[in-house]
Amino acid sequence: MASLKELKGRINSVKSTQKITKAKQMVAAAKLRRAQANAEAARPYAARLAEVMGSIASKVVVSENSPKLLAGTGKDQVHLLVVANSDKGLCGAFNSNIVKAAILAAKDLQAQGKTVLFYLVGRKGRAVIRRNYPNAILASFDTTDVREPGFAEAEKIAAELVSLYEAGKFDVAHLFYAKFKSALAQDPTQLQIIPVPAPKAVAADTGAVVEYEPEEEAILAELLPRYLRTQLFGALLENQASEQGASMTAMDNATRNAGELINKLTIQYNRSRQAAITTELIEIIAGAEAL
Amino acid sequence: MALHFELVTPARLVRSEDVHMVVVPGAEGEFGVLEGHAPFMSTVRDGAIKVYRTENGQPEEIQVQGGFAEVGANGLTVLAEHVEG
Repeated sequence: MASLKELKGRINSVKSTQKITKAKQMVAAAKLRRAQANAEAARPYAARLAEVMGSIASKVVVSENSPKLLAGTGKDQVHLLVVANSDKGLCGAFNSNIVKAAILAAKDLQAQGKTVLFYLVGRKGRAVIRRNYPNAILASFDTTDVREPGFAEAEKIAAELVSLYEAGKFDVAHLFYAKFKSALAQDPTQLQIIPVPAPKAVAADTGAVVEYEPEEEAILAELLPRYLRTQLFGALLENQASEQGASMTAMDNATRNAGELINKLTIQYNRSRQAAITTELIEIIAGAEAL
Repeated sequence: MALHFELVTPARLVRSEDVHMVVVPGAEGEFGVLEGHAPFMSTVRDGAIKVYRTENGQPEEIQVQGGFAEVGANGLTVLAEHVEG
């Protein structure tokens, strides 16, 4: 049986833990609202761009002369897994879910005899992947010194990926991030980003002939990197919303668990206090009777 | 007699309004878009978009970078990566 003092110490320590988890929960709730608003604000651009890409891609025939970003390198050997994680913990299984999905895909690709490389965004998850695949990390992107990754970061990541791609370091790139469904559910998602999968053409043939300036191929060549940037940006935003959502849920659970633990410890504390008083009383009475 | 003009960046919808005319610095030369323009797509070089709210009014200039313009049945849409102001 723990002494009264020990119990009191434990109750206090659980109480301060609860304070932290509660604060983090409230911060996450506030940030989630912002992240969701950001994700929503980015939607019109992505939707328009996908529409334009779809209508142009349906007019261009993929051939050897097509931009490499669309046509691919002609090989399918080296796969790059771009894993987007967060920099901070205290968000439940958010990061490990993404990493798990990536490692699963890596095993699958390796079983097919492909080479797997990693490109890591964010600080979390780096350790796990480094342990599992010590020599497979091609590069990583540090987001620790920006408060929230925005379009500038997406641009840098895209530029680095394109230059690695053009240097022939990999043939296919997949992006792993958590798609935000609700504060309770975030789906780890895999998305092929390079070569750019042609978006499905919207069958909105208005009959009008669209004029292009410059011609389709040139527009396409310029749009492809932009499309890649937009996709990365979208993934970063989704990831942020997911992180805050996961954090909110995890911290809510932690606060509740801490509350339960405090109740249990308090009961135990009161019981042993009462037992101590009873023992003392018995001793006094016995002493008085002996006189 | 108005042209619907939308300016969109990855971060937000900057403009969505009805104007008289917009002059866009296209990759192969400036072009003005009025209402009822034929369907048209062009890349935009870095520069200023001039928005004329009324026929004889002073144009409002918006600096854009990395842009793309599309004219369709529902007006002019400019997608730009960076917008100043």
